[in-house]
Amino acid sequence: MCRLFCLTSEQPQSPMVAIRALDIMREGHDGSGVGLFLTDLGGPFEGLEGAPILSGIFTNEGLKRLDEFMIGIGFTTKYKLSIRVRKNPPPGTPKRDVYLIRAYDYPESWEGLGPAEIQYRLMMIRLRLRQMGEEKEDMIVYSFWPDVIMIKEIGDPMSVAEYLQLDREELQARVIMAQGRQNTNYAINLYACHPFFIQGVATMTNGENTAFVPIREFLMSRGFPGYTGYNSDSEVFTHILHFMLYRLGLGIEMYKHLITPLQDQELMRHPSGPFLKQLKQSCRRLIIDGPNCVIGCLPDKTVFMVHDRKKLRPGVVGGKPGFYVFASEMCGLDAAVPDRDKSKDFQPMHLDTAIVGPDRREVKRCSQMEPLPLLH
Amino acid sequence: MFADGTITPSTLSVKDLPWQVHWDRENCSFCGRCTAVCPVHAIELGVHRKRLLHAPLLGETGGNTSSSNVYQVYYGIRQRTDPAYACVGCAMCNLVCPNGSIIPYRSDEIDKLRFHINRGGQPRRRGGRRNDPAPGILDRIKFIRISMLTDPALDAGRHEFELRTLLGRVLPPEESLRLYREQGWFPPVREIYPLIIGAMSFGALSPTMWEGLQMGVAYLNEELGMPVRICTGEGGCPPRLLRSRFLKYVILQIASGYFGWDEIIHAIPEMKEDPCAIEIKYGQGAKPGDGGLLMWYKVNKLIAAIRGVPPGVSLPSPPTHQTKYSIEEAVAKMIQSMYMAWGFRVPVYPKISGTSTALAVLNNLTRNPYAAGLAIDGEDGGTGAAYNVSLNHMGHPIASNIRDCYLNLVKVGKQNEIPLFAAGGVGKHGNLAANAAALIMLGASGVQIGKYIMQAAAGCIGSESDRCNICNIGLCPKGITSQDPRLYRRLDPEKVAERVVDVFLSFDTELRKIVAPLGRSTSLPIGMSDALGIDDYYAAERLQIKYVI
Ligand code: SF4
Ligand code: SF4
Repeated sequence: MCRLFCLTSEQPQSPMVAIRALDIMREGHDGSGVGLFLTDLGGPFEGLEGAPILSGIFTNEGLKRLDEFMIGIGFTTKYKLSIRVRKNPPPGTPKRDVYLIRAYDYPESWEGLGPAEIQYRLMMIRLRLRQMGEEKEDMIVYSFWPDVIMIKEIGDPMSVAEYLQLDREELQARVIMAQGRQNTNYAINLYACHPFFIQGVATMTNGENTAFVPIREFLMSRGFPGYTGYNSDSEVFTHILHFMLYRLGLGIEMYKHLITPLQDQELMRHPSGPFLKQLKQSCRRLIIDGPNCVIGCLPDKTVFMVHDRKKLRPGVVGGKPGFYVFASEMCGLDAAVPDRDKSKDFQPMHLDTAIVGPDRREVKRCSQMEPLPLLH
Repeated sequence: MFADGTITPSTLSVKDLPWQVHWDRENCSFCGRCTAVCPVHAIELGVHRKRLLHAPLLGETGGNTSSSNVYQVYYGIRQRTDPAYACVGCAMCNLVCPNGSIIPYRSDEIDKLRFHINRGGQPRRRGGRRNDPAPGILDRIKFIRISMLTDPALDAGRHEFELRTLLGRVLPPEESLRLYREQGWFPPVREIYPLIIGAMSFGALSPTMWEGLQMGVAYLNEELGMPVRICTGEGGCPPRLLRSRFLKYVILQIASGYFGWDEIIHAIPEMKEDPCAIEIKYGQGAKPGDGGLLMWYKVNKLIAAIRGVPPGVSLPSPPTHQTKYSIEEAVAKMIQSMYMAWGFRVPVYPKISGTSTALAVLNNLTRNPYAAGLAIDGEDGGTGAAYNVSLNHMGHPIASNIRDCYLNLVKVGKQNEIPLFAAGGVGKHGNLAANAAALIMLGASGVQIGKYIMQAAAGCIGSESDRCNICNIGLCPKGITSQDPRLYRRLDPEKVAERVVDVFLSFDTELRKIVAPLGRSTSLPIGMSDALGIDDYYAAERLQIKYVI
C-alpha cells in the first residue's frame, strides 16, 4: 500500500520534510518510487506572478524539441531551476538527462484572454507535450501550471531526494503532497505515479479503485480533452474532483457525495435528500467502491482527505494552527509534528471529509449527513 | 398395423417419436391416473391380446398329447403414434403413478416426428424456448478480477450492499444541476432491483400463476424492502390490480395488439398509484418480427373481458404497431403519448428483440429526451406460443447485442442516461446470478427473466431439449400456462409466491457472492468489463473482455 504524506504550512517548507516522513512510514514497504506536488511556492518561485511552470523529465533531444515547440508558440523562459545530478543514480533509478523545472512568460498574443481560456490552453499544451514525448519517448511532462512544481521518479524516496538535491533552498512550498510508491500490478510508468494533476487540482491515493473501468469510460466520454491518461486507476480521483469543481461548480464538501453517495435510508433523513438523490443518480458512474484514502489539493490551496465508504484504508490529520499534516500512517504525522495536541488528531471515517483551508487555522470536519450549503 | 397392411407417409412407430413411454406391467395398479393426466392423450388404455402356447412334453401320456394355443387378454398402456398425439415427455404420468411404473425416455436418436408435425400445411407451433441445450456464452463468462491483498475483498454477508438499478431517463450531471436550480421538470426515474420479472401476459399465464407472481412481488417489496418489478406483458391487467396500491410494482406493457389498453386507460382516473413504468413492445426474442399470439384454446371469458375481445378466438398481434410507419413515429410519438397519459410521471421505454439493427434504435433513443431505457430480448427468450422456426432460428444472441449497445452509449457519453435491460436466456442453465452479473458487467443496467421464474417458482418442466413446450394450447400440465380451471387449480398461488421470494433472496445472496470478491458493493458494477474473462478468443475479442485459459 502506498504511503501518503501531505503538509500545509504558513511558512514555506522544504520537500525534505515530506520525504523524511515517507521514510519513517516506509516500514514493510518497498519504496519503489516517489511523487511530489508542490504548490503555494516559496523562494524564487514566489514572485513569478502567475507564470506557468513546466515540470518534467527530458532527454537532451527532448529538451531541444521542447524549446523549439515552446518558442514556436511564443513562450519564453522566465526562470529555471537546474538540477544537476551526479553520475551514478541510486539503485533502481534510471539515468536521465534533464529534470526540468522551468517557468515561462506567456506569449504576447495571450494578453487579454480570460482565465478559463488560459487554463484551457495551458492544459492543452501539457497534453500536446505529453503526446510528443510519448511519440519519441523523450519527454515526460507532469504539470504546466502557475505556482505548481511536480517531481516524480523511480527508486527509494530518500535516495532519490538526495540524488535530486531536493533539500536545496530554491525548493520551498506551503503545500507539499508526497507519495511513496508501493509498486503493485503495473510496470513502473511515471505517468502512473501519484500525485495526479489537472488544472490546479491534485490528488493522490492509496489502495485500488475497483470501479476504475466504468469511471474511466464515463470521464473519457465527457468530451473534455484533459480526461485522458489513466495509466493508474487512481487518476480518476483527480479528474472526478476536477469535473465536480469545474463542470458542476460544486464545492469540496460535495466530493464525497459524488464518489461515495449516501444510501437511500440516509438520503431520506437528509435535509437535502432530494437534491443528493438527483446528484447520486446522474453521477452514478462516478461512485467508487474503494479501498481508498484520497488526499488532494484544490486550486485555492485547500487541502483535504476522504475515504471510501467502508474506510478500508488508514488516514489521519493532525497538527497545529499554521501547520497541518495529512498522512496515511500515524508515525508520519508524529515525525512531522511531534509537538501537536494529539487529542485533536482526526481520522476521517466513512462519512467525513477533513479540510484545511488556505488560512491553515483548523481542521474542518464535514460529514455527509450535514445540511449542504445553498446552491447558487 | 398388419405386416401386409397399408401405411401412410406419416405412419410412425413408437421408436420414431422423440419420447418412448416405458410401462411396467408388473407394478401397474391399473388405476388409470396416467391416461387421465396426460395432457396430449399420448397414452391410452390398451387391451392386449397374448397367445400362450402349450406344447406337451415328450412322453407325456394322457388324453391330450397334441400342442395347443391359449389366447389371453391383458390390460395395460399403449402409446399412441399418431403425430397429433405424440408424447411430449412431460412425465406427468410418472408423477401421478402410485407405483412408479410408467416413465418417458428420450429416444436415442433424432426423432422422425419432426418431419410430420406440419399436417394440413400448418407448421409446428409451440411454446417454450429455443431448442439448444448447449451452454451459452453467458455460462462461459468467468469473473476473474478477484480482490485479495491490494484491495481487500468485501464480505458478502457483512458489508453494506446497494444493488439497485435505475429505470428512467437519467440526466447528465450538468443538466441535472441546472434543472434543479431552475426547478425544471425531471424525467421520472425509478430505483429498482436489477432482476425484473419480464413480460408474461395474463392470458399466456394462468390466473393462479399470475396471482402467485404478483403476491411474491408484493411480499418482496412490502416485507423485505426489495424493489422488485414485474411486467404485465401484452394482455392488460386485472381491474382490481389497476386500482390497487400494488400497481406501483408493475410495469404495464403495450404491444401491437393493444390488448387490455381500453381497460387500462379507463382506469387511469381511479388509479391510486402510478405504475412503475410503461414498456412498449416492438419485438420479442423468442419470435422476432412476429407479434404476440394467444391461441383460441386459452381465450376464455375472463381473458376475453380483460383484453376486450370476444372469447374463443385466436389473438395474434401484428408484427408491428400498425399505426406507426417510421421509427420517429414509433419511438417519439408513442413514447410521448404514453408519457402524457400519466402526466409525465411514469417512465416509458421500448423493448425490442435482439437484432443486428439494435444500434439504430438506440441511436434514435439517445436523441429522444424522454426515452427511459431500452430493453433487448435475445434469441433465447421464451414465449407462450410461436412458430417453431421463429423460436429456433430467429434472433440475435443477447451478450454481444447488449455489449455493442453499451459501448455505443459509452462512445456518445450517455452510458448513465439510458439504461439497457437484457433478457433472453438469462439463467437458462440454472446459473441465474452468474448470467445476470455477466450481462450487467457487459453493460446492462438490469435483466429480465421469464422462463427462469416459471421453472423455479412454478415447476415448469419445459427445456431446451424440447420437453413439454405445449404452453400454446392451454394444456400446461403444471397449470402455469393454462386457462382451464381443472389444470390451473393444480397450482397454488401462495406456494408460487413463496418460491418467487425464495428465488429473489437466493439470487441476491449469489449476486453479492459475485460482486463482493470483485471489490464492489456500493453500486451495481454496470460495465465493469475488466472483471470478465472467457476461454474463447473470438468471444473475448467480440465482447472486449479478457481471453483467459
Ligand atoms: S410423459 Fe407426458 S405426454 Fe408423455 S405419456 Fe406421460 S403424461 Fe403423456
Ligand atoms: S410445464 Fe407448462 S409452461 Fe412449462 S413448458 Fe410445459 S406447458 Fe409450458
